[in-house]
Amino acid sequence: MPGRNTLTLIVIIVLFILAVCALIFPVFGREQMRLGLDLQGGIHMVYRADLSQVEPGEEADIIEGVVAVLNNRINPLGVTEPVIQKQGRDRILVELPGLSITDKEKERLSRVALLEFGELAAEDEEAKWENELGRWKPATGVINGQEKELTSAYFKENTYVDQDRLGGIILVFEWNEEGSKLSEQITARLMNQPLGIFEGDASLLGEDGRPIAPIVRAKITHRGQIEGLSYKEADSLSKQLNAGRLPVPLEILYDQTVSPILGADFVDMSIRAGIIGIILVMLFMIAYYRLPGVLASLALIFYGALVLAIFKLIPVTLTLAGLGGLILSVGMAVDANVLIFERMKEEFRTGRTLGAAIEAGFERAWTAIRDSNGTTFIVCGILYWLGSSIVASAPVKGFALTLFIGVAVSMFTAIVVTRTLLRLFVGTALGQRTSRIIVYTGRN
Amino acid sequence: MLGLLGKRFWFFLISGGVILIGIISLATFGLKYGIEFSSGSMMTVDFEQEVSQTELEQTIVDLGYANAIIQRTGAGDFLIRTGELTREEKTALKDALASKYGGLTEAEFYSVSPMVATETAQNAAIAVAVAAIGILLYVTWAFHRMPKPFRYGTCAIIALLHDALIALGIFSILGGILNWEINLMFITGILAVIGYSVNNTVVVFDRIRENLRMGVSPDFEVVVNNSMVETLGRSLNTSLTTLFVILALLLFVGATIMNFAVVLLIGIIAGTFSSVCIAPPLLVVWEKGEWGRFLRPARIFQRSA
Repeated sequence: MPGRNTLTLIVIIVLFILAVCALIFPVFGREQMRLGLDLQGGIHMVYRADLSQVEPGEEADIIEGVVAVLNNRINPLGVTEPVIQKQGRDRILVELPGLSITDKEKERLSRVALLEFGELAAEDEEAKWENELGRWKPATGVINGQEKELTSAYFKENTYVDQDRLGGIILVFEWNEEGSKLSEQITARLMNQPLGIFEGDASLLGEDGRPIAPIVRAKITHRGQIEGLSYKEADSLSKQLNAGRLPVPLEILYDQTVSPILGADFVDMSIRAGIIGIILVMLFMIAYYRLPGVLASLALIFYGALVLAIFKLIPVTLTLAGLGGLILSVGMAVDANVLIFERMKEEFRTGRTLGAAIEAGFERAWTAIRDSNGTTFIVCGILYWLGSSIVASAPVKGFALTLFIGVAVSMFTAIVVTRTLLRLFVGTALGQRTSRIIVYTGRN
Repeated sequence: MLGLLGKRFWFFLISGGVILIGIISLATFGLKYGIEFSSGSMMTVDFEQEVSQTELEQTIVDLGYANAIIQRTGAGDFLIRTGELTREEKTALKDALASKYGGLTEAEFYSVSPMVATETAQNAAIAVAVAAIGILLYVTWAFHRMPKPFRYGTCAIIALLHDALIALGIFSILGGILNWEINLMFITGILAVIGYSVNNTVVVFDRIRENLRMGVSPDFEVVVNNSMVETLGRSLNTSLTTLFVILALLLFVGATIMNFAVVLLIGIIAGTFSSVCIAPPLLVVWEKGEWGRFLRPARIFQRSA
């Protein structure tokens, strides 16, 4: 028996060293814990693609196209582990950890990037757009007997930003074959009249905040330019026109944006809370149970290292709620120890020796430990399912996962680690003194 | 040995009182739901200069958001909760605040559409129902070797409902006074508490099972009382260690998970009380057929007098 105990002790020590190493050194190329958006800042959005205009059966292709375009737009932002994926039938999940962008930039991510050209509508005609310059309808031309609207879909993919002789920003584009035919017909018809430019339901606005609507001065066949945009707007627009427009409009269903600074505060605060919580628990255990309390505290340190190492290895994405679950599991981690120690005290009173009391205490406390943790596992399972089934998934899933791992590991440390450490004291002078202390202290 | 069980009708009175207050509050204030369940936008704003809450509230009402809820976080930021904001509305709101109060930083923005909110509320309700059934099955299984497993299961469920009702009642009061909301983390906290409470009850019942088997006494009342007293140290110590860490969480992490930490705090106190002072005494009431005494107030305290 002592031989087996020594062996277990060695395994525990090796496991502890491995866990600490896994925490200190990079594992699988990962140096730090993976942190959730609420801890490192970033963006979590869910878009819904408007599939109302899409032919049945083509939905999947359209969503794939949306994901591809979003990928093109997000790649240049330099996000370390971006997530852009289809969710359900018509949703796209976008997670950009650590990214901090302005509202305007955020809106640009999901813009369709389709420019439409319009002409002023007559009194009795139906208008598609309205702005301070008047009521507008789509500018159309005829190709092969079919009436077609003029849009940036006819641009070649070589749009670029330039400056005119006065230093103004211009967006330069080239029409493809069909586009140049349409443009020729339309500009010929609209000579000395304004040509409105629109994006979605809104007018394209210049740097001065006014709608852009140049007066047609000449027939345009191959190449055109848009004046008045700000440099940033022109730059982003040209990139998006070249990278491809979204096949359908996107609507934001869910948006959570956290600034990285706020997240950093949370990490510090949670670490402090965790350390203080662990110290309080240790002080209590030592004050109440003496030597076994010290051993339980050692087991708790082992527990902390093991759980964190597991989090890093899997990896578990740590969220604020996840840290809450972790901290809560520290409180629960000692529960098994408390059960066992209370049981040991009772066994002592019935006159058993230290060794016998330890074995009986562990033996008898086991059913209570097993049955009581069972409910926590059930709840964790249900919470994990809930987390997977909803959009605001991160906090619920994080809590369920960390609490589950925490409680599972705590059963192991309380039973195996504490028992192994306690057995070391059987038959020693300190052990004899301890048995007296255990019996005569504590309540009842 | 300590005669805990003799005080059982006092325990029922205490719990009944707290639950009654909660139910009155639920009937008057109701519950306030967070944007995950009711949709809307929430913006956390950090002003460079000092801004008072009442002043900010007035400004936001003047801007046309009569139903907005303003809360101050522990870090001195303001949480502004409104209906779902479009990007234009959000920009306009921020610009208006900036022109009135100077520089501001948007620390967090959170927006949930009605479609997602409905979905979340539905799934949360399903989760709570599944959890209740799962725990019922689990408790029945855990006690299937007992003489009357159904009774043990039922008493554990009553204890669990007791904890959930107390947490809901107190949150309704907090919602009425401090605008605290029922959000996803509240549901998570409640489920964790339910797991914890059943966990505690199971430990006490486990001891009753063992003492019954060992034939400690032919009197069921004595067996239950002994079991309650024997597990008291464990129940209190476990709750204390858990309360320590929750207090640390509450004091050092603060506002953002305040609701969550408070649910856990209330739930664990209620859960410890119910698993020691409600569930086992109910078993005795059932065994001895004392239900009638609940209806005759004069006789309730006979025993404890």
